Amino acid sequence: MTGEPIIRVRNLKTAYGTHVVHEQLDLDVRRGEILGIIGPSGCGKSVLLRAITGLKELSAGSVEVFGEELDRLDPEERRELERRWGVMFQDGALFSNLTVRENVMVPMKEHTDIGPQLARELADMKIRLSRLEGLAAAKYPSDLSGGMRKRAALARALALDPELLFLDEPTAGLDPITAAAFDELVKDLQRALGLTVFLVTHDVDTLHAICDRIAVLGDKKVLAVGTIDELRTLDDPWVQEYFGGPRGRAAASGY
Amino acid sequence: MNEAVDPDFALDDRGERPVLSVTGDWVVATLATIDQRLRDLKLAQNGVILDVSGLGRVDTAGAFVLDRTLRQASDAGLSVVQGEHDIARSLIEQIGAVSDPCDDARRPGHSAIDLLERLGKGTIGAANELIATLSFLGQTVLTMLRLLFVQPAKMRWTSIVAVMEEAGLDAIPIVAFLTFFVGMVVAFIGATTLQAFDLEIYTVELIGYSMLREFGVILTGIVLAGRTNSSFTAQIGTMKMRQELDAMKTLGLSPMEVLVVPRVLAMLLMTPMLAFAATLAGMAGGMMVGWLTLDISPAMFLDRIRNAVPMDQFWIGMSKAPVFGFVLALIGCRQGLLVGGSVQSLGSRTTSSVVQAIFAVIVIDALFAIFYMELGI
Repeated sequence: MTGEPIIRVRNLKTAYGTHVVHEQLDLDVRRGEILGIIGPSGCGKSVLLRAITGLKELSAGSVEVFGEELDRLDPEERRELERRWGVMFQDGALFSNLTVRENVMVPMKEHTDIGPQLARELADMKIRLSRLEGLAAAKYPSDLSGGMRKRAALARALALDPELLFLDEPTAGLDPITAAAFDELVKDLQRALGLTVFLVTHDVDTLHAICDRIAVLGDKKVLAVGTIDELRTLDDPWVQEYFGGPRGRAAASGY
Repeated sequence: MNEAVDPDFALDDRGERPVLSVTGDWVVATLATIDQRLRDLKLAQNGVILDVSGLGRVDTAGAFVLDRTLRQASDAGLSVVQGEHDIARSLIEQIGAVSDPCDDARRPGHSAIDLLERLGKGTIGAANELIATLSFLGQTVLTMLRLLFVQPAKMRWTSIVAVMEEAGLDAIPIVAFLTFFVGMVVAFIGATTLQAFDLEIYTVELIGYSMLREFGVILTGIVLAGRTNSSFTAQIGTMKMRQELDAMKTLGLSPMEVLVVPRVLAMLLMTPMLAFAATLAGMAGGMMVGWLTLDISPAMFLDRIRNAVPMDQFWIGMSKAPVFGFVLALIGCRQGLLVGGSVQSLGSRTTSSVVQAIFAVIVIDALFAIFYMELGI
């Protein structure tokens, strides 16, 4: 199954007013891979994620997910498609007036007809699967630490067993140990569930630990896509600095 | 994606241990149809053999339900999975490891004792709220006096002016519009009632007294309670939620000086002006009705107002305005500072800010009425 693209971005252009974020951007994400997206701050990594998930309108070009072009779908088909992906936002974006368990149950209630008892059991299972303690289930997001919020957000993203998972800087702001555990968790889940993961990150360790391929964003387009070793040989000052700098070398020496 | 095949199972209990053969797709979208049937399954406590050779697709939700059924049949782990399936066995094992239910929050009870407990908590809460409000009042007044007379350099004049514009100047149209119409309504009611006694000229006194003494200022208070209090609470509350207040404190800025005092001072200054504009607009409304329906010309109206309505009435009305402004700003800021971490608390604090403000306006007005009555004005 590997190789067949699950996301196909062609000629993408996005803009805020007159400020163009992406232009003529092409990107493929293959089924079953973990694709890391890197690039300098402000180069539009999160905007790309928003464009693919339909949160940001495209100025030009096309985005196909699961072989369907988002803009051409009617609302019912769109809903059907949204069921098949999970998105975890940068700061969690948990619903603050619901407990963690209720947060995880929201997509189940919305998209399936499973009863409240099973939904609750499944939510508890997802919470544990995301390595949160059982105590956290009844708490509100504001009572959780940053790392726990990220896990809770992951649990919600996994609620419907998506085939495709979007993660926006999942390890930003976590301590290295927690971040490493989170990486491992994503890798495990990807292996067990056959997920495809679209991962926006700044974390060089994460790239080393779990990414199959990495796409470098810059100059409004994708500069290069490849494995870490392929990118290392790339003749681009930013990429060289990124992997050759002190942090990049430290991360590489650990593997 | 191919259409999912509804999941199904068959129980064969002829052997030593019952064999549960499952077919179809056990995924989250299809489980609803089968969940209750599986729960109702009567299984002896000696384990079950789960045959997954006919199983279609399975995801974590399906694996969870299968694992739950296995445990339903035996707590001691006597159940086994058999048959060929590429991921079912390992998935069931992995999910089984995380299938413990999570903890529950204590739900509020409904018994008589719980009711008493809530009543007690509510009473103590109300008493504490009163004390806290008073202490907030004292703190605000002290900070304000200190900034005004001891450290005027630390006063935030820019933000005072900004609030004066936003909460004062920008509110003039709505306040004036509203009182203009109320003035018209009062004039109509007066005219129709007094006409019966041929005393319609007294409509002028009615307008004069009611607008100067009560309506101008109380309508201003109520409009500000809805317009300004909600915005004060939402502004400060959002800053609290985004930890901006914590940031201020670590930078040596006191939220009291930076946020509360400018708002309170601005309202203290602007409410009398708004009340003045409101009173004028209300009398203009009354004057228009008098002119159009009672043939009282504006000149006659103004002349009669000057002679028949004492100046005291104006000062009584205006004396309430700064008090209203002060109390409203105080309530708005305090509720904003009380916002917690969740969006819900922002909403409930904004609501209680507006409700408390309207309540305060009417109660204070009543107290003033009694006070002035005792003074005989």
